[in-house]
Amino acid sequence: MSDAKQELRELVVISGKGGTGKTSLVAAFAALAQNTVFCDLDVDVPDLHIILRPKPRISSPFMGGNKARVRSADCIRCGQCKDVCRFDAVRDKGTGYEVDEALCEGCGVCVALCPEKAMDFPEARCGEWHISQTRFGPMLHAALAPGQENSGRLVSLLKKEARDLAKKEGYTTILCDGSPGIGCPVISSLAGATVAVIVTEPSLSGRHDLERVAGVCRHFRLPFGLVINRWDLNPEGSAALEAFCRDSGITVFGRIPFDADMLRATAQSLAATELHTQLRDTIVQLWQNICHFRPATSVTLRPYIPAAPLLPDIITSSL
Amino acid sequence: MRIAIASGKGGAGKTTLTASLHQSWPRPHVMADTDVEAPNLHLFLHPVMERSIDVALSVPAAVNAACTSCGQCRDICHYGGIARFGNKITLFPDMCHGCGGCFVVCPEHALEEGRRALGTVELGHLADGTLYVSGATRIGEVMTPPLLRRLLAELDLATQGQDVDMLLDSPPGVSCPAITVARRVDAVLLVVDPTPFGLADFRIAFAAFSALHLPLAVVINRAHMPGNEGGEAAVADFCAGHGLPIVGVLPFSREAAHVLAQGEPLVATGSQWQTLFAALAQKILHVFGGAANV
Repeated sequence: MSDAKQELRELVVISGKGGTGKTSLVAAFAALAQNTVFCDLDVDVPDLHIILRPKPRISSPFMGGNKARVRSADCIRCGQCKDVCRFDAVRDKGTGYEVDEALCEGCGVCVALCPEKAMDFPEARCGEWHISQTRFGPMLHAALAPGQENSGRLVSLLKKEARDLAKKEGYTTILCDGSPGIGCPVISSLAGATVAVIVTEPSLSGRHDLERVAGVCRHFRLPFGLVINRWDLNPEGSAALEAFCRDSGITVFGRIPFDADMLRATAQSLAATELHTQLRDTIVQLWQNICHFRPATSVTLRPYIPAAPLLPDIITSSL
Repeated sequence: MRIAIASGKGGAGKTTLTASLHQSWPRPHVMADTDVEAPNLHLFLHPVMERSIDVALSVPAAVNAACTSCGQCRDICHYGGIARFGNKITLFPDMCHGCGGCFVVCPEHALEEGRRALGTVELGHLADGTLYVSGATRIGEVMTPPLLRRLLAELDLATQGQDVDMLLDSPPGVSCPAITVARRVDAVLLVVDPTPFGLADFRIAFAAFSALHLPLAVVINRAHMPGNEGGEAAVADFCAGHGLPIVGVLPFSREAAHVLAQGEPLVATGSQWQTLFAALAQKILHVFGGAANV
């Protein structure tokens, strides 16, 4: 760890499509990374801990927002709560009103407007998060209770804690394992990132989702590059994908073949780069390419033209 | 009967399984792609879309001259969508969850309503006449559930009064999008990738979906993958321990991976897969059949 003040680099590995190999790759990079804090932002179904085997140093509860609840003893059954709820979370049971917690968005409008103040708004414990130690460096991770919401807030919390830890203890890089899709947790995981590493596979689905997730990166003006995983399962598709990237100025960090050693390592809870195989050499080179990537900001980025209007003009002009 | 094809882990094979089940399903049915963040089912089924619905969220879009900066709108907003700087109310419509609280509490009716685009819901048909419904979130949009609720409502409307099955390709994971879909179906078919990651995510999915008291069944995908020997046994042990029926085991095949990569459903490639999926469809109907009529 150096005393010199260095800019903190934050790499986030995402994919659009699930199952392209994000977690296996992050684990493989983790064994190679220097001076790095690791962060599992796939809080919905986290897996990085299977390989990194973290030992928790500090564990804290995650309070994930509030849920409305009717105190039936005080309820006069006026139905105001049901009328104001835009999430259809309030039900008329016939004998009184009831909030369906799974549908409740936690906006608190019914609570604030109840004329009898007959509603409670307790904060819900939605999971746990940990600051841990691994054989490669410190790790931030969490476990959301199954089916719980507010994953975006938990992602933001983990990222903030990772930055605080990195600054306090002098780490220079944060390496994050993201979640699939392009919604709330993914957008939260990209906030403040330096580079997005998009792991894709050369299938039609992979290509389609890549275009959507690359669109998200462009939307937030975040530099990104690609890793083509299991490229040899569809060599023609890989060649076409690489040509597409060349033509549109998208960086390809490298490609990885379908290799049983990846699964063999995972089955032993090891990173693929902890085994001395040909696969290791490929990933070492790939990691070098990612580390040396210095995007010429806003030069390689093409403006994103949304398919639907982002916001009516009236909104943008009011900001 | 409505069946969601779901999984804990992404990339377990939901979409390819859904596409193949369509070809093998012995009863009238409709198909829906509810993975609105990364919709891919159309790549395998080639629907012709006939109608596109823009879905938007009602958000406060502007403050008019009647505003007295009393701050009640800011106080009721739980999402950081409204701030007061000095003596001026400023709106951040991107943060809005659409609860409408600000409109209700504003004593001066000073907030103008606007619409934030969430994405689109599309309806169409497959070549064989099967109804096909799908959705796609707008790039950069955070909120998925309201779009999904609209998709499911359109699905209801389009099938009203008809006795048809529904096969829904679900979002991965167990967070809001997946749960929004699961709450509207009769049964969940869980696709499991028998790797250590797949098993860990499957355990989470099992906990989340069984909390909804839905009938569940399991399809193990990519069995006997090189380097992953013993993975299926671990999944089978878990299923046996929890009384979860395994209705199908699909073998890993390099050839299949290549075919799927080009966007062909597996059943199109050979009689071996056709037989397998026909048997699988029957077994799913058999396992869920009793539960569906409750």
